[in-house]
Amino acid sequence: MSGTDLTRSATGVGGRTDSLVRYVFFACAALSVLTTVGIIVVLLEGSVEFFRTVSVFEFLTGTEWSPLIEPVSYGVLPLVWGTLVITVGSALIALPVGTATAIYLSEYANPGVRSVVKPILEVLAGIPTIVYGFFALSFITPQLQRVLPWEVGTFNAAAGAIVVGVMIIPMVSSLSEDAMHAVPDELREGAYGLGATRYEVSTDVVLPAAVSGILASYVLALSRAIGETMAVTLAAGMAPQFTTSPLEPIQTMTAYMVQIGISDVSVGSIGYQSLFAVGLTLFVMTFSMNVASIWIRSRYREEYR
Amino acid sequence: MSTTNPFEDVSDLDRKRTIGRVFVALCIASTMVGIVALVTLLADVIYESWGWLSLEFLTYPPSRFPESYLPGGRGAGIYPALVGSIFLIALTALFTVFLGVGAAIYLEEYAPDTRTTSLIEANIANLAGVPSIVYGLLGLAVFVRFARMGQSLLAGALTLTLLILPIVIVAAQEALRAVPDSQREAAYGVGATKWEVIRDVVLPAALPGIMTGTILSLSRAIGETAPILMVGAATSMFVAPDSLLGPFAAMPMQIFDWARLPQAEFQHVAAAGIVVLLTVLLAMNAVAIYIRYRFEADLP
Repeated sequence: MSGTDLTRSATGVGGRTDSLVRYVFFACAALSVLTTVGIIVVLLEGSVEFFRTVSVFEFLTGTEWSPLIEPVSYGVLPLVWGTLVITVGSALIALPVGTATAIYLSEYANPGVRSVVKPILEVLAGIPTIVYGFFALSFITPQLQRVLPWEVGTFNAAAGAIVVGVMIIPMVSSLSEDAMHAVPDELREGAYGLGATRYEVSTDVVLPAAVSGILASYVLALSRAIGETMAVTLAAGMAPQFTTSPLEPIQTMTAYMVQIGISDVSVGSIGYQSLFAVGLTLFVMTFSMNVASIWIRSRYREEYR
Repeated sequence: MSTTNPFEDVSDLDRKRTIGRVFVALCIASTMVGIVALVTLLADVIYESWGWLSLEFLTYPPSRFPESYLPGGRGAGIYPALVGSIFLIALTALFTVFLGVGAAIYLEEYAPDTRTTSLIEANIANLAGVPSIVYGLLGLAVFVRFARMGQSLLAGALTLTLLILPIVIVAAQEALRAVPDSQREAAYGVGATKWEVIRDVVLPAALPGIMTGTILSLSRAIGETAPILMVGAATSMFVAPDSLLGPFAAMPMQIFDWARLPQAEFQHVAAAGIVVLLTVLLAMNAVAIYIRYRFEADLP
């Protein structure tokens, strides 16, 4: 609200309650900043402990991750590789499917279809990730084993990538559709006036105009895939290894954290500390992607009035 | 300059039409991918749980023997985890409503237009993108270890609170923003203080929106596994949790435990657990939608 503040509190009549209430509410809002600070401090503190034993260089460039079994080795790259396999695999599914869904909903579907399909897709985003993990184990992997001519493990990266891909479709489709919906009709009508077909309007006019929102949705969805935990733990297994075969088990950073979380690793041990080093790596990756998403949206946004 | 008839080359137009049709078909097929995946997922869960979901499943603690879960067995199920999840969510609701609405009121009603305010808002947006397992680490280090709460119900609820707080704040802000300024000004006009305006005018009007947003966020929290796993939810509880600082079981954690057991029968048990979890989720969403439908029409 703007203008002169004529409320009683401004003239001191409101009394103590009013200023007290203000501070209470401010404290609530400040808690969110405190949460961020808490996350950073906790991750850094645990990591500092970890890096007293293991050099940062070994951690970031080592190609063997074996923190609990002798001979111990703390190279995080196999875990990063696992996360990368899942992220790229799920992107191969979610980005094209999500974008095409968004185009259909925004450019082709009539409002009735749109108002039914959009909430249905958003249900996908509301299903707990543990359910996707179960779905991968009980349906996707058996189907892969049935259809593919090669040997498919009980735990395999492909099943993990598929369920994570399905999980993030609504993020891509919903945010991209919002971006396409915001493109003003004048642009479409202008193109139609020049004789463009609906296909040309969709791909040559609407897509470029909405590109910032679409790219931002991609980055957000990938960030979500990187941080995805339970589905990949159940589906892709706990075998930290470099493998180019999506049919073999892998371990993501998040799955490693789960492995430590459910084992009885004692507090203060190197295994416990490694949680925070891996957590910090994960946080840095997702945080930079979230910042990138915001940057893309503001940098490449086309303003329409 | 030669005049060419742009409509002369009909074959070009035909080609474009074909491309257009193929393109629409691809888009529709893509839309179907999501829908088919959802239907398949639900059908798979229901199919796997068929015959394993009984009244005993809701009222007995888990067992190591899969045959106990079958009808006619000794009786085994999800009871401690079901009650644990409900306690967990009730506590989380208590904390998030106060903290989330308080923060939203500050940002919408009090906050000056300064850099601090925009910092807080940017920070909230960023927090929403932090992976849930990182919140688990935060809860483990701060609540379980530093505050010495142990692997307790309270530590779990506080961790989930921090996790969904950003979503609740944004939802509550939207609800507060929807209250027209004219109502505030009318209250100021009759001499109300700022707090009186918020308490007696703004909050009652924004309440349905706030509740809808909060319940939807809570329905996300009840399905979260990773944070409570890091905090240390138990998987072998045989009674419902009985104290704030005692151990607790929760449904997603219990389902995870079942799903990774090697015996094939436990896949069915896990599926039965998922059906219970999804039913609770569905009920929460139904309440949220009902509140929105019932009260939002009353707003001017």
